[in-house]
Parts: sequence; structure tokens; C-alpha cells
Amino acid sequence: MRQVFGNRRAIALFLAPALLVYIGVIVVPVGWSLVYSLFTGSPASGFTFAGLKNFRSLISDPTISQTFWFTVKYAALLTVGQIVIGYALALLFKFVLRRSSTFIRTLVFFPVVLPTVAVALLFAQLFAVTPQAGPIDSLVHLFGVQPVDWFVSGSHAFIVILAMDMWRSVGLFAVILYVGLLDIPEEVIESARLDGASGFSLLRRIILPMSRPIVAAATIFALNADLKVFDSILALNNGGPGTATTPLNLYMFQESFNYNNWGYGSAIALLITLLCLVVTVLVFRSLRRDITKG
Amino acid sequence: MAQLPRRTLTRAIIGIILVVEIYPLFWLLTSSLKTQNAFVSQPLWTLPHTLDFGNYSSAWTTAHIPSDVSNSLIVTVSSVAVILVIGTGAAFALEVLAFKGRGGILFFLIGGLMVPAQLVLLPLFEIYFKLGIDNSLLPMIVTYIGEGLPLTVFLMATYFRSVPRELFEACVIDGGGTYRCFFSVALPLVRNGIFTVGMLIFFSVFNDLLVALTFNSKPSLSTIQVGLLNFNGQYGSVEYGPLFAAISIVIFALLILYLFINKQIMRGLTSGAVKG
Repeated sequence: MRQVFGNRRAIALFLAPALLVYIGVIVVPVGWSLVYSLFTGSPASGFTFAGLKNFRSLISDPTISQTFWFTVKYAALLTVGQIVIGYALALLFKFVLRRSSTFIRTLVFFPVVLPTVAVALLFAQLFAVTPQAGPIDSLVHLFGVQPVDWFVSGSHAFIVILAMDMWRSVGLFAVILYVGLLDIPEEVIESARLDGASGFSLLRRIILPMSRPIVAAATIFALNADLKVFDSILALNNGGPGTATTPLNLYMFQESFNYNNWGYGSAIALLITLLCLVVTVLVFRSLRRDITKG
Repeated sequence: MAQLPRRTLTRAIIGIILVVEIYPLFWLLTSSLKTQNAFVSQPLWTLPHTLDFGNYSSAWTTAHIPSDVSNSLIVTVSSVAVILVIGTGAAFALEVLAFKGRGGILFFLIGGLMVPAQLVLLPLFEIYFKLGIDNSLLPMIVTYIGEGLPLTVFLMATYFRSVPRELFEACVIDGGGTYRCFFSVALPLVRNGIFTVGMLIFFSVFNDLLVALTFNSKPSLSTIQVGLLNFNGQYGSVEYGPLFAAISIVIFALLILYLFINKQIMRGLTSGAVKG
């Protein structure tokens, strides 16, 4: 038995390729990035040692604080939307539609598999004002509100970005949370029903508490992904106007490839990583405390 | 609670969902058949008066859609294939086989889940450049493989963990060696897992932009996402018909693919969830 399970050569053969690729593509570059952040320049123009200059820039650069808070605001709002609406849809699938939920589930999940650029281009046109009023503008006009150029102001563009990313991703969360609801044993729900619970109180006392683990996991997953947003905003309006809707990830990309500040770009990348880690730990802690309390 | 209001409320909600999900696609399709004239002179929500199918052929040729599609497919399929092979192998070694330090190595590999793409992108760019492979699809493929490994190993290890140890031991008792037991016992049992993980990686690679854009050193290496991003640049000024046609081609092709594998996606996501 031990000969088969402890077969050294087999272990090496199975494990080595993955380990080598992983070390070469992930581990080494991470260390390399840390080194980059201590330099300024790029491979093309050469690197000069700069000590902690990039990190001092992180603190003094006004664009950093703007992009940082934009990223946090965006991720927070989007995650709330994804979880709340996703959960509402999951409840719809399980309790209202039940077996006939397949069609709606398929429909709502579809945008999740679409390329983000395609969706962004679609939404750019949906909300377009030139050359003619787009559908959304016409709809808004129908309600008597003045037509708006959605992309000329940061706050309006923000609404479009949220709508777009919600449309594209809510289906994924609806399905994930739906699976979590399926995990709740029927007997628990049945006995609660027999005890007279129904509708709202059933939701609050039984279903919500029992969904907590999956909601926690989904929230952490959503926050991590949303904090790293890049594709959709780049394709929609390149973070405009100016840098009003630029997230950290996009700013890092621009600094590195448009302005050749690789050291600074690496420092920003480290900031993003740190942000994700901190947020994950905070959410994990606060949700775990809830579980042990309740 | 009366049944009637509840049913109408449900119907209303479903109606809203249908409109929100379907209208953008319907509008996309009808707009793609409009002439440039129609875009400039009538509100965008109107239906086309004359159908201009030329938009599609124009998009197809001017925007290099065929080469974008083939690049996307080549990169995605190779990455997924390699990831599944080496990731499953590694997971098997780490979860089923026994050796000192395997817990540590597993933890080491899964730690990669915390690493965002942007942290490794710049060094990789320099590495690929120094290796001289930067004018090919290889940088993308290798990067995707490295990025997909932590998640793949993590998920496949989970699938292997749910296989009862007795099955492996039975295989050994029957005289099977390590490789035999892997191929004839372990692999068939995690087949669903391989498919689910494969699909997950497929879509995350296929729809990726950051890596594809970074290693897009020349136009012939564009993937679908990159091609769409640069679409308008091919024409000079914005040609709405072909733009909508290009988006349509991508979205409806994926819709067809999606309808085919949708059952498997749902099964993969919900497997193990329904009890009894």
C-alpha cells in the first residue's frame, strides 16, 4: 500500500509540472514586483533605484486617493447590489418558481458568460446620447425628465457602470445563493411551517440565518472581484471623464504602460493586493462573529 | 394572504426580469441591421426601416474578427487543456498520495489565490521579453496557466477528497500501481469535477482582458476582447452598424454555445447541493 501511495517518482511526476509553472509564473514575479516598486523607470528606459519614493508618492498623489475611494465606493455598492438582488432572485427561484425556475435562471445567468468588452460596448450605446437619443435616454425622456449625457459627468457615468456590471454579474450570485438555499434541509423548513411560521418570519428566523455561510462566502468573493475591476470600465469610458471613474487597477495599468512608471505601477498593484486582503479579513471577522453569536 | 395579488406580483417581477434581460439583446440585434443613415437620423430605439446585412460582412473583414476568434480559441483551449492535466495531477499527488510536507505544498499553491493578476503582470512582461517569446501567443497561454493553477488545484483537491479512500486501496489490492490507480480509478470518479473546473477556467480565460491586452504586442495577436476594444480604431470614425454587428456576432455565438452547455454548467454548480 505504501509503495503505491508513497511512490516517490510518481509524486514528483504528478507534482513537478504544476509546481514549476506556479513558481515561475506567480511566485517569482510577485517577488520581482516588490523589487520593481523600489525603482523608477521601465525596461525600455532603464531602472533607477528610488528607495521608498514610489510609496511616498502613493500617499501624496491626489489621483491615488481619488481612485482608491472610487474603487472602494464602487466595490461596496456593487457588492451590496449583487448580494441583495442575487439573494432576492435566489428566493424567487426556490420558493416561488420552484421547478419552473430553470428558464429564468438560464436567462439571468447568460450575461455572466459574455465578454466584458462586448457588454460595455452594448451599454455605451444603450446609454448613448449621440448621434441620437439611446433607449435609456428616450425612456427617461418619456417620464418628463430632461435627457442627460451619461458620460460627461463622473456621477452619471458611475450609474451606468453600476447598471452594466450589475446586469452582467447578478445572475452568477443568484445561482450561487440559490445553491446555498437548496442546502437548507427541507425538514427544517417544514417543521417551521408546521409551527406556524410563514412568509416573512420564515425568512427572517430560519432561512436568513441558515444562509449566512454562503452569503458570507459570496460577499467576500464579490468584494475581491469588484475591487479589482478593470475590463468593464476601460471598455465603457476609459475611466473618464478624466479620472473621475478610474479604478485603482486601471490607474495602475495606465501608469505602467502609458507613462512607463513601472515602479509606481508595482506600488499601486501592492496597494490593491493589500486592500483586498484587508477587506477580506474584515468581512470574514465580522461575519464569523455573527455566526458564533447567533 | 389572498392568492391573486401574489400571483400578479410574481408575474410583474418575472415580466421585469424578462424585459431587463432580453431587451438589450433584442435591441442589439435590430440595431446591427440598421444603416449608418438610420443611426444618425432616428432615435436609437427605433426599428430599422431597411435591413443592412452588409454590416456583418463589413465587421467580419475590417475588424479581423476571424483572427480574433481563432486567437481566443487557441489561447483558451491550450490553457485549459494544460491546466487540467497538470492541475489534476498535482491535486491527486497532494490529496491522495502520501509524503512529508504535502500539506505545506498544498497551502503554498492555494495561497496563489490571493495574488491578483496585476501584481505579476509587469515582471512577466519583462521575463517573456527576455525569453524572446513576446511576439507570440505564448505569453498569454503561460500566464493563464500559472494564474489558473491555484484555483484548479484547490477545486480538484476538494473533488479528490470526496472520493472514499477504500476505492484506491481496493485498486492497490487488485494489483494496480500508482499510475494505474490514477487513470482507472481516480480520474473517472472526478470526471464531473474536471468538467466543471474546465468550464470555469474556459470562461475566465476566454473573457479575460487584462492579460490579453498586456501581451498584445502586435495586432495579429488580438483576442476577441482586445479586438472589440480596438474596433472603432479600424474604421476611423464610428460606424455604428458594423459595431453592433461585431458585438452581435460575439454575443449570439456565445449564446448558442451557452445554450448547449447550460445544463452542464447548472449541474456543475449545483452538484452535491441537493440532498436525498
